[in-house]
Parts: sequence; structure tokens; C-alpha cells
Amino acid sequence: MYQHNRLTTNNFNFFSKLANFDYVLMACILLLGFISLATMYSTDGGKILFHTKSHFTKLIVFTIMMLIFSFINIKFWFSIGYFFYVIIIGLLIWTYLFGIKSSGSQRWIDLYFINLQPSELMKICIILCLAKYFHRMKLENVNSLYAILSSLIIILLPMGLVIVQPDLGTSLLISISGLAVLWFAGINHKYFIYTMIGFLISLPFIISFLKPYQKLRVLTFLNPDRDPLGAGYQIIQSKIAVGSGGIFGKGFLKGTQSYLEFLPEKHTDFIFTLFSEEFGFIGSVFLLLIYAIIIYRIVAIGAQSRSYFAKLFCYSFAASIFVYITINMSMVLGLLPIVGSPLPIMSYGGSSMLATMIGFGIVMSAKVHSQQSIA
Amino acid sequence: MINSSSDNVKKLNSINRRMFITGSVKFFIMIGLVSRLFFLQVKENKKYLTLSDKNRIREWKLAPVRGEFHDYFGNVIAGNFEAYQLHIIPEQVEDFRYVIYRIKDLLELSDKEFKRIIKKKNEIKSWETLIVSDNLSWKKFSKINNHLYDLNGVKPVISISRNYPFGSNFTHVIGYVSQANEQDIENNEAIKKNFVPGLKIGKVGLEKSFEKQLIGSNDIERYEVNAYGRRISQLEFQKGEKGKSLRLTVDTKVQQLSNELLKDQAGSICVMDIYTGEVIAMHSSPSFDPNLFVFGISQDDWQIIRNDPMKPLVNKTLQGNYSPGSTIKPIVALSALENGIINTNFTVNCRGHKHPLELYGQTYHCWKKQGHGFMNLRNAMKQSCDTYFYEIARKLGVDRLSETAKKFGLGKEVFGNLFNIEKKGLVPSTQWKKNALGQSWVLGETVITGIGQGYIQTTPIQLCLMTAQIANGGYKIYPKIVMDDENKVPPIDKFTPLYKNSKNIKIVQDAMFASTNEVRGTSYRSRIDDPKYQFAGKTGTAQVKKITERDRELDLKTFQIPYEERDHALYIAYGPYKNPRYAVSILVEHGGNGSTTAAPMAKKLFKTIIDRHQLRESINNKKYLDI
Repeated sequence: MYQHNRLTTNNFNFFSKLANFDYVLMACILLLGFISLATMYSTDGGKILFHTKSHFTKLIVFTIMMLIFSFINIKFWFSIGYFFYVIIIGLLIWTYLFGIKSSGSQRWIDLYFINLQPSELMKICIILCLAKYFHRMKLENVNSLYAILSSLIIILLPMGLVIVQPDLGTSLLISISGLAVLWFAGINHKYFIYTMIGFLISLPFIISFLKPYQKLRVLTFLNPDRDPLGAGYQIIQSKIAVGSGGIFGKGFLKGTQSYLEFLPEKHTDFIFTLFSEEFGFIGSVFLLLIYAIIIYRIVAIGAQSRSYFAKLFCYSFAASIFVYITINMSMVLGLLPIVGSPLPIMSYGGSSMLATMIGFGIVMSAKVHSQQSIA
Repeated sequence: MINSSSDNVKKLNSINRRMFITGSVKFFIMIGLVSRLFFLQVKENKKYLTLSDKNRIREWKLAPVRGEFHDYFGNVIAGNFEAYQLHIIPEQVEDFRYVIYRIKDLLELSDKEFKRIIKKKNEIKSWETLIVSDNLSWKKFSKINNHLYDLNGVKPVISISRNYPFGSNFTHVIGYVSQANEQDIENNEAIKKNFVPGLKIGKVGLEKSFEKQLIGSNDIERYEVNAYGRRISQLEFQKGEKGKSLRLTVDTKVQQLSNELLKDQAGSICVMDIYTGEVIAMHSSPSFDPNLFVFGISQDDWQIIRNDPMKPLVNKTLQGNYSPGSTIKPIVALSALENGIINTNFTVNCRGHKHPLELYGQTYHCWKKQGHGFMNLRNAMKQSCDTYFYEIARKLGVDRLSETAKKFGLGKEVFGNLFNIEKKGLVPSTQWKKNALGQSWVLGETVITGIGQGYIQTTPIQLCLMTAQIANGGYKIYPKIVMDDENKVPPIDKFTPLYKNSKNIKIVQDAMFASTNEVRGTSYRSRIDDPKYQFAGKTGTAQVKKITERDRELDLKTFQIPYEERDHALYIAYGPYKNPRYAVSILVEHGGNGSTTAAPMAKKLFKTIIDRHQLRESINNKKYLDI
């Protein structure tokens, strides 16, 4: 009780909060933001055009938002976990019913001032929700049928809503984020192994359910030269761009592949290709290093946190970020089939950045309030 | 609380253990990503660098600029002009249907033309250039350029194209160019190397013969292109070399006159320098406009040319095998003199149609019904007495005659292999007949060979060469039409005497002089008295079909005979008689009579040729450019 009393004093003033700030993480995020801006400038052909301006605005707005979030007590984030989840589920249903259709999918809702992609927000929301769910659960209850089933429902519900959009990539990322929480919450590793085996066995059946274009992607991934001008085009061109970058890269604004529009989706999913072409191996490793530091800092914050919720959130969020990066880069480097998955902060796209920044905000809040325990 | 705290400890242990596992996994995956980057960017860098360059750099070959043809005085007779063209490479166009319909609107193409383009598009490979239009007006060309922003993949091209400023005048000398077909590309290395879609190459004439020199080499443009093939920037421009321009020996003025003289008639005119062998004019009538072929001739125009009964496509000067008729007589006379068969005093009595020469039941008539009476060589040449030449041919025999004829250039190509269409003609001999027909020579055939009928066949250019070699005193010359032809090996036997006794040449020359300049000469009416222009010649009238007894009785005038059955009119001449310089051969197909149709043309020709002689001489001394 004594400890409890001492540590739950909410007499944190602004400056002591500021002192608890993780400046390394902050610096890395700002550096990443700066790099993403420069890259975006390059995708616009060395001019400040729509993408650069828009990315800049979002970066500023969401960074400020993140800072504000970090001053909000971690208890607050704990308390809104379920509520947030319900809201996003509502938005996903809204998307399903009234979403904006574009190029064959229905992923966006029109919020007048911004077109929002709720599925991106779900990636962070599911962590928040599950972290809350497991926060107070006893370890022996974690592996109970009830807990596993209800957490699976929490994961499968948004997954289903996203798959129907259709957006296989995001729904996979959502499930991975959710599974990350389950893993850290202590669900028996046997279940993960069984699921993995089950997944591998059912893979052929899953493939038969895939849409033709998705099947094509898998086939193309296995052999990009199968149809070099069609489905294999993206992988081949992306590999050419990265490979031609060399050790030092072609130089800022000098990436021919992307500049000459050989790259598809260069603003979003393939942003790393452009970066890698212009800055080469050294630049790419540097970028990876920044991400590694960010992930390390998030894990470190989790380790410092007193509350189980904060730990669970930070570890899971770090794992998710890591998975996003890995999937995006593997796809760009021709190691995985093409699934729509943005590179955090780097890729153009408001919803994705919003989700990531919310995550960073909560992590930062966990750092600032690291001694806060949650009842 | 203890329970709860022990549970907390367990939970913390669990989460930290799992974090450690996750962290290790993350570490190895990171290593994996970095090594993949290393593999692509460092190890395989070269491969991808080449791929990326291949991706972004496109090479465009432009049609080479063709060498020109100049006449002797430097006037352009086959030149170049800028043609505005529109090219499309189908694979570089995102939406071909849209683009092609847009172009259709912009260029106001008719449905027929549009269908032709679509058909062509389906024939070619998607990466080959589709030429939508090869000769656009400036207005339409600029219109296309204004709309380029939504015509991705469309290339407006300024191309250099052939132009023949003198139209049909030189067609049978220089030929024409047209689009290269697959066969052309396969057969000619120079074309293969420089080929670009729409390349025009020589199809006939000198354009074809000198393809290698004329074609030049491509300009090469290297562009950086984007994924849709739109040019972003030019990286390099490699200037090609213009083809070599060729100076010909022809004189445009004389060539034009030849065209005028043979207007509406089928025939040929050749003019040659008797010492240098330079061809001053070489025309075959009717001709056609070679400009029609440059962008592909229309079906209608082609049918008109093809179905013309006067056969414009045949180069009569080089390809026409004609009986020389009486124009062979100088050679027959010369041969007889050389072989000592006759002397100038040898006389034959020509007694007209009532008493023709009879050999083994066959009769051989002179052209003159009443007969010429007693004829010596000079008179017989002058009046072209057939009976006289029957007699000397009989005495001479065909083999000795053919030997002389061959010496003077009959029976083989005048230009060697310069024109692949050129015909050899035919100088018969007993051996030839045995080999070719498997029959023995008959004396009657010798007799008619003496007046240039029967098997003997010559081309107008051969007759011109023959005349030139008689005119220059009997020395061998090699006709040429291209100045400074580097391919040609200088002949060693140039100016070797073709005679045994130069007196004999003089005798024949004198007889030809008489034929033109003395009363009763067959071409007396076409003479020029002024010694500056005075020329000597020999008429010829070549029968197209055998004259029957019935024809002889009817004795029809030329215009009463159907066109195809009329005689060919020929004339050979050289002038000026004193210090001769030029030889001429004229042939008018179905012209009726050499003395009335062909000889008057020579009169006009010599006027012009000799007037221009001074100019021609001066050009070699100073640069004098005028027409």
C-alpha cells in the first residue's frame, strides 16, 4: 500500500513529464519524418507538389498530436481500450456500408476533412483492446478456452470486416498485431505451433478461395519472370531499382527507375524502393537502423513500465511495427508476395501515419508515466 | 495480494521470456533483410544497373539522309526534302484504340486510310514502328504536335525524303526509291545495317546500283524514357553520315530535250561523248514520275503505268532488244572492207522489186520498188540500198560480220554490271545458232543479217556506242554515266584501235556523211549545213514482222498500218562532222521510217548538244554552275 500511495501521486507537473520524455525515440521519429519528406519530395520529381505538401502537413499535425497524447496519462489509454475498439468496428461497418469505392475496393470513409481508412486504425486499436483484455487476467486463466475464444473473436471480427473490403494485406497485419498480443500475454506456445501447422495444411484450400488477382500475386512471387510485363512487373522493376542503387545509391533526386515512372505505387508501398535506389545500401541500412532504434526504444520503454498493460502494449506494438517493416521490405525486395502494406511513417497515407503516431503517442505516454500502475 | 503479486511475477517472467524470444527472432530477421539488401545492391548491383539502363534508355534510329544525284553541271536531279511523318510504336501506347481514333480525328483520315493503318498495325510486331502517315502537311503536323500531351507514345518525325525535281525526265537513268521490303533487306547488307521502318531504297536504275554509296548511315538518338515509352530527355545524338552524292555525266538540258522529242511516242534517245564515253543523255520513252513511288504508289497510278501499251516501265534504252535495221550497215560495210571482201569500187546492181535477189527459192527485196541501179559502197550507204548489203553480207559470211560487230560493242552489256536490267542484245554466228537452236546456219540468214534483220538484236545504247566508236576513228571507249565511280576499275584497253586499217573507218565515215549531207541521202532532209553543227548518220527502219507479198502489193503508208505492226524508226549519227565529238542513237518504236521520224530528232539534238559543248568543256576548268 505504501508503495502504491507513493507512486500513484498524480502530482506530475508539466516539466517533470517533459523530463521523463524519451528523447532518443523522439529524435528518431523526427529523423524518420524528415527522411520521409525528402523521399516524398523526390517522388514528386524534385518539386514541392501535392504529395510532399500533404505529407508535410500530416507529419506536423500528427507529430503534435503524438506529443499531446504522450502527456495524457497511460490510465486514460487503458480506460478507453474497449471503447476505441467499438468505435473502429463501427467505422469498419460504416465503411462496408457507405465507404468510398476506388479501384475495386471499398476501404475509405469520407469524414469531410479527411478520407479515413479505419482498417489502418484497427492495427493499433486491436493491440490496445487486447492489452486491456489481458491486463488483469491471471496467467492460468490466459490459456482457458473462454479467454482464447473471446480474444480470437476480438481479432476475427475486424479481420472479417477488412477482408470483405477486400484488403487481405491489412487484415493479415491486424491479425498479426492481435496475435502478437496473445503471444506476449502468455498463450501456450503449442497453440501457435498448432495454428501454424494447421495454416500450412489448409494453405492450398485458402489459395483456392483467393481472388484471381491474389492467386496471380502468389504465383508471380514464386516466379516473377513468369509474366514480366503483367503481374511480375512490380517485383521486377522494384528489384531493378533497389539493385541498381548500389552501395552509395544514384544520389538524391537521381533515381531513374522511380523518376521515370517504372515503379508502381512509389508514394506508398514502394517508397523504400525509391529511397533505396537513391541512397543505396548505406542509406537503406541507415534507415533500417533508425527503425531498429525505434523498436528497441519501444521495447525498452515497455521493460521500464510498471504496468502490465503498458508492457503488453509496448512489446506488441514494437512487434507489430517490426512486422510491418519486415513485410513491406520483404515485398519490395522480392522476398514475399505483394500485399498492400505501408512502411510506417515513410509511406504516404494519412490513416497509416495516424495509427502509427497514435501508437507512438501511447508508447511515449507509457514512458512519461512509466511508474504509473493500473489497478 | 500475495497471490496477486506472485501471479504478477509469473506474468512478468512470462512476458519477459517471450520478449527475449521475440527480440532474438527480430534480430535474425533484420540480419536477413540487410543481407538481402547486400545481395541486391552490392553483389548483384551490376546486373540490375544494366537492367535499369536498358529500362530507361531507348535508342531511336532515324532514316539516313540519302546521297543526291547531280548532273554534269551540278544541278540536283535527285535531291531530298523534309517530310513530316507520324510514327507509333504500338507497345509503347497505353491505349492504342484511343490514340488511333484521336489521330484519325486530328488528321481527318478517311475510313479507307484508317482501315489500312489498322491492317498494317496488325501485321507488324508490337515493338515495330507503325508509320501512320509518311508525308503530312505542315498544318497537320503542327496540329499533331499541339495535341501530343494526350497522344502518349506517338512520335512526330521530321524525315528526309527523296525528291526528283525533274519528274519523269531522268526516271530511266536514276530510277526511283521506294520503301524497302523484306527481300531488299535480306539481299543488301547496307540496307540491313541502316534499316529503319519506312526507309526508302533504290528499286531500279542508278538508285539501286549505287545503294551502298547513297544510303548513308543512321542518325542515332538515345533518349531517356519513362515506363510508358514517353521521351523524357535526350541523352545523346549521334549524327549519321549523309550518303555520298553522285555526279552524273548527263546534261539536264539535253535530257529534257530528249524527253520533249519523244513525247507521246515510245522510244529511246542516247547521246554519248565519243572520246570519254560520257553519256550526255539517255532517255527511254514513255517515262513516269518517280516521285509517285517515294511514298508508295497508289493503286490507280500504278495501274495506269502498268497497263500503258507503250510500256513506261521498260527501259527501252537498256532493255529493248531491237533489230538494228539499216543502222547495222556501217558495221557490215566496215567488216567487208576490213576483211578485204570489197573495195570502194565494188558495185552491185539493184534492180528493184521485179528482180529481187534469189537464194534457194527465197527472194530478198530492196526497200526501193524501182531499185537503185548500180551501187558502189558510198552510194549504197547513202541511199541504204539493201541489195548491195545482201550481196556483201553473202560474200562476207556471218561469222566475220559478227566478229566486227562484237568488236564495236554489240552483243554485250555496254555498262557491264552497272544496271542489272541491261540486255546483251544478240550478234548471231554459226556457232551461236548451233548452240542455241541446234540448227545449222542458213545462207539466207546471213543475207538478212546484212541489213540488220533476222536474229541480230541490239539495244539503243549499243548502237550509240557503236556509232561513237566509228566516229572517234575506231577506238575502244567505255561508256560511263557516273563521274568518278570508285567501284569501276579503269579499263586497260581503252582507246585500243578496233580496226585493221584506219582508212576503212574513214570510208565508212564518209559514206555516213553522204547519207545525211548529200542529195538522195536517206536523211538529207534532216541535214544541217552549218559546219559547226553538221553531222553524219545512218537511218534505219526495222521491220517488226515479215513483209508478205500482199503487203508489198498494198504498199500502205505508215499511218494505215496498225500501231503494233509499224516498223521501228532508228537513226544513228555523230557530229560535228569535222572534229566529231558526240554520237547519238535514236529509236522510235513503231515510228514507221527512220528518215522521216528519227532523223529529224537528231537535227534538233545536235543543235543543242553542240551549243552546249563549250559549256561542258568549261565546267572542268572552272566551277560554273548554271543550267
